[in-house]
Amino acid sequence: MTETLPSTLSTAAPPVACLRQTTRRYGDVVALDRVDLALAAGQLTALLGPNGAGKTTAVRLLLGLLRPTSGKAELFGRSPQERAARERVGVMLQISGVPPTLTVREHVHLFSAYYPSPLTLHETLERAGLSEVAHRRFGDLSGGQQQRLMFALAICGNPDALFLDEPTAGLDVEGRRAFWIEIRRLIAHGRSILLTTHYLEEADALADRIVVLHQGRIVADGTPATIKQRTAGRRIRCVTSLPPARLEQLPGVRAIQPDRDGFVLLTTTAETTARALLQLDPTISDLEITTARLEDAFLSLTSVSETASASQDVHA
Amino acid sequence: MTRTSVLATSALARPRRSRLAICALEAWYEFVKTLRLPAYTIPTLSFPAMFYVIFGLGLGVSRPVGETDAATYFVATYGTFGVMGAALFGFGVGVAIERGQGWLLLKRATPMPVTAYFFAKVVMTLLFGTAIVLMLSMLGVVAGGVRLSLGSWLALGSATVFGAMPSCALGLAIGYLAGPNSAVPLVNLIYLPVAFASGLWLPIQFLPTWLQEAAVILPPYHHSQLALAAIGADRGGPIWGHVLVLVGSTGVFLGAAYLAYLRDEGKTYG
Repeated sequence: MTETLPSTLSTAAPPVACLRQTTRRYGDVVALDRVDLALAAGQLTALLGPNGAGKTTAVRLLLGLLRPTSGKAELFGRSPQERAARERVGVMLQISGVPPTLTVREHVHLFSAYYPSPLTLHETLERAGLSEVAHRRFGDLSGGQQQRLMFALAICGNPDALFLDEPTAGLDVEGRRAFWIEIRRLIAHGRSILLTTHYLEEADALADRIVVLHQGRIVADGTPATIKQRTAGRRIRCVTSLPPARLEQLPGVRAIQPDRDGFVLLTTTAETTARALLQLDPTISDLEITTARLEDAFLSLTSVSETASASQDVHA
Repeated sequence: MTRTSVLATSALARPRRSRLAICALEAWYEFVKTLRLPAYTIPTLSFPAMFYVIFGLGLGVSRPVGETDAATYFVATYGTFGVMGAALFGFGVGVAIERGQGWLLLKRATPMPVTAYFFAKVVMTLLFGTAIVLMLSMLGVVAGGVRLSLGSWLALGSATVFGAMPSCALGLAIGYLAGPNSAVPLVNLIYLPVAFASGLWLPIQFLPTWLQEAAVILPPYHHSQLALAAIGADRGGPIWGHVLVLVGSTGVFLGAAYLAYLRDEGKTYG
């Protein structure tokens, strides 16, 4: 049930970055547990998972900001700590503060200087949509503009690969769409991108490949289409008086989740599940059967693995 | 990897910047960044001058202190006090804030040589230190009748400014240990009592005997003695002894900062 697709894709180009049997602990907490992951060149890989799944840890290991407890992290075939590797990477991290007294232009100017062949200031500001506010101090920018500056700092070095940790967090819909256009453009120009996101819609819209992390392990790895296929296929929403434990036992059900006043059930066989529901609960209302979305795929994958690890604990 | 250069048509054939050029640019923006923070720059520059005016000039410029007069003596000790503060706050609070906010992490993910970041902060400390020493010296000359030979001025200035290295290193360790909000109180908790016990507020010979003896374990004491030696008002003892303590304690604090950095790396979770 929890079998994982092979994470090494057979491409001719060497991987942009990879983790090999990488484990990272923080004290007693295992943030990443023997993960193998190779990022293919020219692709957008989305790293997906709930909070605490290990996404940020994976990104930081690949960038050499954390050392693995065991195993290995590589960036362009080198140690991620090496300057030659970092010169080919642009980065957006989730950070809470940027020196507020420097202007947009000054921040970009300084970061550009770190790289061997950066974009011109003009190009970077244009791409990031910051030309109008180039002379404004960071502290005087709106939230969306601040986020765009973080993007500008990631692309200013004209890097081969981009690591974007939750790049659209806090952006409005319009801002997110504009950002997507830039991302697609970078992919079209042969850049490789690793993106972590909470917006599953975003992964679906942009990614060539989705890697789902849960509790420090890869629980699914494939194209958005494969990930969708791997779910139960149908999604039933209803308002019912049946207890969750009973719902889980219904035929075909693979995962359930409370949803407002009712429940969402993911099922392999919508018809038998629905029939059982109607028999057991004559008061059922708002019954709705639709195809599963990526969100559901995600829920199904992570909750299945929870059940699996719970049963492992019982046997241990 | 196949790669079109559409994004970078205008940027391809540009010479790579040297490490030195990056360091210089980093220092320049550190300067600009700090200069635009009057809430930091004004107190850092004016406190030592204020103390000097009150204690060095206000209580009688010609009062004898050690081998010299109050106006001259306090240029060395309040100069040391000011430079020490600039080092502790610039490093301690600066690093704690930028680390706490994740800004330092982002910079570490770039090809920026880590030395550039610290170089910039050292340059800022030296600039602030020089400004403080110049200010006190001018006050001393104009209002306190301080007269020294050019050689003594230069020795006094360089001892006061460069003696702050242990304070830079200690500040760095605090920057890696403290959070963005706890850095200021923590620095003050160390700065003010240590400055007092090192004889930076009142001349060391005015302190209780046990404190005078205990002061030899404090690097700022040696910092001030080095500055006082330039005007012939130190308590004796070889110059190299002070230099050795300053260099040694810098090494110890850098080691502490490195341990704090490793601890910080182990804790960051996300």
